[in-house]
Amino acid sequence: MEFKVPTMAELMAAGEEPEILFWVGCAGSYDERAQKITRDICKILHHVGIKYAVLGTEESCTGDPAKRAGNEFLFQMQAMTNIEVLNAYNIKKIVTGCPHCFNTIKNEYPGLGGTYEVIHHTQLIQDLINEGKLKAEGGESFKGKKITYHDPCYLGRGNGIYEAPRKALEVLDAQLVEMKRCKSNGLCCGAGGAQMFKEPEKGNKDINVERIDEALQTNPQVIAAGCPFCMTMLSDGIKLKDKEQEVKVLDIAEITARANGL
Amino acid sequence: MVAQILFLVLTLAAIALFTVNLRKIIRNIRLGKPVDRQDQPQKRLMTMLRVAFGQSKMVVRPIPAFLHFFVYIGFVIINIEVLEIMIDGLFGTHRIFNGLGGLYNFLIGSFEILAFTVWVSCAIFLVRRNILKLKRFSGVEMKSWPKSDANYILITEILLMSAFLLMNAADAKLQLLGASHYVNAGAFPVSQYLINILPSSESALVIVERSCWWFHIIGILAFLNYLPYSKHFHILFAFPNTYFSNLEPKGEFTNMASVTNEVKAMLDPSFVPAETEPGKFGAKDVTDLSWVNLMNAYTCTECGRCTSVCPANITGKLLSPRKIMMDTRDRITEVGQNIDKHGAEHQDGKSLLDDYISREEIWACTSCNACVEACPVNIDPLQIIMELRRFAVMEESQAPGSINAMLGNIENNQAPWKYSPADRFNWAQES
Ligand code: SF4
Ligand code: SF4
Repeated sequence: MEFKVPTMAELMAAGEEPEILFWVGCAGSYDERAQKITRDICKILHHVGIKYAVLGTEESCTGDPAKRAGNEFLFQMQAMTNIEVLNAYNIKKIVTGCPHCFNTIKNEYPGLGGTYEVIHHTQLIQDLINEGKLKAEGGESFKGKKITYHDPCYLGRGNGIYEAPRKALEVLDAQLVEMKRCKSNGLCCGAGGAQMFKEPEKGNKDINVERIDEALQTNPQVIAAGCPFCMTMLSDGIKLKDKEQEVKVLDIAEITARANGL
Repeated sequence: MVAQILFLVLTLAAIALFTVNLRKIIRNIRLGKPVDRQDQPQKRLMTMLRVAFGQSKMVVRPIPAFLHFFVYIGFVIINIEVLEIMIDGLFGTHRIFNGLGGLYNFLIGSFEILAFTVWVSCAIFLVRRNILKLKRFSGVEMKSWPKSDANYILITEILLMSAFLLMNAADAKLQLLGASHYVNAGAFPVSQYLINILPSSESALVIVERSCWWFHIIGILAFLNYLPYSKHFHILFAFPNTYFSNLEPKGEFTNMASVTNEVKAMLDPSFVPAETEPGKFGAKDVTDLSWVNLMNAYTCTECGRCTSVCPANITGKLLSPRKIMMDTRDRITEVGQNIDKHGAEHQDGKSLLDDYISREEIWACTSCNACVEACPVNIDPLQIIMELRRFAVMEESQAPGSINAMLGNIENNQAPWKYSPADRFNWAQES
């Protein structure tokens, strides 16, 4: 990257506090595809000049997969350790690149002693667009391109955020097409509830294939995602359908970064 | 006089029987664990008014919403008619409210129109279930009783409405004949078309009118007592169920307080946990669930809206959130019967998990909340699934192997994958 990503420890050492903490998440940290999204989020933050920082190696799994798998112990161990770190740095505001981290920190941490203002990166992008700090110029043009957006369950149904990611697409002057099942009626990508980490139970189809079939019915050039888990499931689906050349699966952050030439 | 006494006895018996059964259900619900749902009364009231009274979640599917709306409105308003029937029955009067004059005619006229729309809607519902065979009404859990239950209800409603209209037709004809006791009252926009099929002798008409009257009221009393055994119970429980429904964001799962204590003690040896009742983690049986979960089970209408949007079910997996609710109700009913027969301490060696709901079902859930969103009466099948998972994982350590591996990774590497924590920030180095 052309710039250095600041960590909380460094800022603290310099006696500074960031405006916002970027919570990267496990997928964003380790998954190669998701790492690209992480870097794009940093590019956006850097570009608009928000003072931000990440925890770096001090970050740890939020505990979401443990909780949804039923292991409340492990979840709370993770949560309380994380809260200790966050509180020690006096964190007030957090942006996440993952709806699962977002939901957990926003909704489940307060009861365990960690209360923060938490937003998802698509909400940050929406705000930045509204403030005129991000435009759809200077980079790749998505004008007129057919884009369909897949609602992540933990962002949409879980927390009622449907508009922010769509706003980021509308500003592109693209042709936004909705799938048959969208918004509160959206279909899961198949990865939530710890399914990401296990083989699906017996059935007649995989959930991500069902979803890809539905997405492809809209004849999109881009399938937009807002969650690293959805990204994996949708990309796998596209590969399986051999449509990698025609259809790109891109996160809202990537689309925004590209449109702004970052 | 005999008729009045008979009427009184029947009514009291029906109400008594219903009360006994209702109290049993409430007792069964109370077997659940406590959970606080008394906060934010205003928001709760609004939720109830919107969802149960206003039918707001039905509109997603316009056709059944439209038909259901007629049946629902018909049910609510025809209760006014039942009030008149009650008074007439007890005091031997006839059309006691006729003093209302024009208003009375308006009321009877609108009841007739409603009765007709209820009749038609129920008929269409029957066709949808039995002839069009909509996918939503099939599924492994919709065999035998649940299937006939729906049909019985619809047929009963059609019969009740038919009796009501026929009764009015006979009454109208008797009024025309100037029969004594049959005061001139009411407007008959629908039943006037039935007058011609009725006999013309006064005595025969009285028989028709009286039999329909008795059939109608006995039908209603019988129906009342059918409710506690039926999915039709939702006409009562939809209201408390929506009032006590979850107001927090759907993505938020409860933080188990008992776990918080233990974790705090683990992280900080000086921490002295508040006394909490020792109990199981999660749920193996219905009595480990919360009373809200159990009330949900009694409220379920078996409409299958949850199952039809469940990604696991859509892709052919065993999981059906409707079945989760029906299993929970069947099991709590069984537990209640055990208590009635053998006393509160009796154990039948069965449990919700394994005897009713299989592991394969609970592990197929993606926790996407589609079922919760879809339910027209705010039932939450996901919470039950999660409680069963918690039991499997925390009490039995019985999770699918790959889940255990993931949990192990979080424990050792602070990430669900097997990567070194030291590499967590590597993404910033590459471009
Ligand atoms: S939360 Fe679980 S049961 Fe409910 S619809 Fe989603 S996968 Fe199905
Ligand atoms: S849980 Fe709700 S949506 Fe599912 S069958 Fe019961 S009433 Fe219908």
